[in-house]
Amino acid sequence: MSQNGGPVLEIRNLAKTYGTRAKATRAIADVSFSVADREFVCVVGPSGCGKTTLLKCVGGLLRPSSGEVLLRGKRVTSPPEEMALVFQEYGRSLMPWASVRNNVLLPLRHKSLGRRERKELVEEALGAVGLTRFIDHYPWQLSGGMQQRVAIARALAYQPSILLMDEPFASVDAQTRGDLEDLVLRVREEFAVTVVFVTHDIDESVYLSDRVVVLTHAPTVVEEIIGVELPFPRDQIATKELPEFAHLRGHVYRLIKRELVEESEPGESVLAEAAQKGVRE
Amino acid sequence: MTRGRAYQASAVAAEIAVPLGILAAWQVWTARANDPMFPRLSTILVEFREMWLFSQFELHVVPSLTRIAAGFAIAVVIGIVLGIPLGLSRWGRLLAMPHIEWWRAMPPPALLPISIVLLHSIGNRQKISFIAFFCLFPILLNTIDGVRGIDPTLLETARSYGMGSLERIRRVVFPAALPQIFAGMRTSLSLAVIMMVLTEYFSSTSGVGYVLLISKNTFQLVPMWAAIVLIGLLGYLLNVLLLLVERRVLRWHRGWRAAAAAQ
Repeated sequence: MSQNGGPVLEIRNLAKTYGTRAKATRAIADVSFSVADREFVCVVGPSGCGKTTLLKCVGGLLRPSSGEVLLRGKRVTSPPEEMALVFQEYGRSLMPWASVRNNVLLPLRHKSLGRRERKELVEEALGAVGLTRFIDHYPWQLSGGMQQRVAIARALAYQPSILLMDEPFASVDAQTRGDLEDLVLRVREEFAVTVVFVTHDIDESVYLSDRVVVLTHAPTVVEEIIGVELPFPRDQIATKELPEFAHLRGHVYRLIKRELVEESEPGESVLAEAAQKGVRE
Repeated sequence: MTRGRAYQASAVAAEIAVPLGILAAWQVWTARANDPMFPRLSTILVEFREMWLFSQFELHVVPSLTRIAAGFAIAVVIGIVLGIPLGLSRWGRLLAMPHIEWWRAMPPPALLPISIVLLHSIGNRQKISFIAFFCLFPILLNTIDGVRGIDPTLLETARSYGMGSLERIRRVVFPAALPQIFAGMRTSLSLAVIMMVLTEYFSSTSGVGYVLLISKNTFQLVPMWAAIVLIGLLGYLLNVLLLLVERRVLRWHRGWRAAAAAQ
């Protein structure tokens, strides 16, 4: 991977607290890490550790309580055009009234592009995720995995240099998940994007990434950052049979398990609720 | 497939057969009763044809329809234009809801006299404003509700792709709220017919409601019944028309709901 030229993305002492005073919930205490150009970084942590909150702060959808996110040295205060976010809930982030084509087209409408350029971007992105045949379908006519592919195509057509993915495969079956993981690895090469991928799945984090950022439970800090030196291209069977894979997987697992034991479950639901409120405010 | 079709055919047959049966019973009963208050159905229908098809159509039906159409259209536009920002803004709702609830609770006849005074008119201006005013509330409240009910993920998606607020409203908020806007429109359309009759009956020189009033005042019961039949038909047909439009516009919504239910 080309990692010269400094980081594309820097997260510096990011903290996020929901609510005020007595009702304050500290979701993220202090998180710092950076992402190099074209790097694939996975963020894992115990459930309820504020991974989604972190990603929304990185994407400019939520304002951090303190600390900052720097994109090529510039502070992120609103969603930058250089980033595209893929949500976990594909069924809720696709527009049910629009065809697959129009869903992918939607974010391109306000970009200064020609009509033909837009059309080409849409078709290229849908081709990359293998959905050309379904371009005139509605999203709800497709399976869950295909819907998430539409969401990925929409993100790719937007031509971001950074792809943010929030547990994108958490609600599809295991077989589909494997296919989608390989798809993401492929389009990452094809479209030369940097990826920040949040997941709670340890195998997935090791399989996909160049580096894994392991978070603690809330109030969240970075537990450890682990380099993944597995060879590319990755393969669902061969890669996962490597002793190095097993070793890394075990290492991450132990870190997270330790977190789970330490945590007395003070509030995944509280956090989720707070995150919702934060979004609606 | 054939079973489904047979089922559909018998459903349509039943839908037609029941009203026909009721009409037949009416005819038999009125023929037997021989009561001037309840003229025979056949007499009413003959009168109906003579009055509405087409001698008085232009004189009385067209003005009524125009008033309904204009009042309803104004209510739709204002309801959506006010409802979307109110649905998006908690502060806006806080300030506006008491006023909306106040006017919504007002019985329409209470405002009839003042509407004539205020608008200096017993013509189209007053009638259309009156219809529009009372048709506004179902559309406004449903739009507010529809906008509030939009999945926050959809709005976040739009925001994450850097869509400006106007574009977000046009491409996400409005289409997402449209199913509920249509629900409000259906309620309003039947209100529009009621308000049309009410204003024309109260003070007018033309319209179906006016014919109703004149017939009553001159004890012409057959034309009065013919007007009643026409008003019922108008309400029914307007509703069918709106349902057809809704079916077309919200085709995605039925499919989407069916897909969600199948999961």
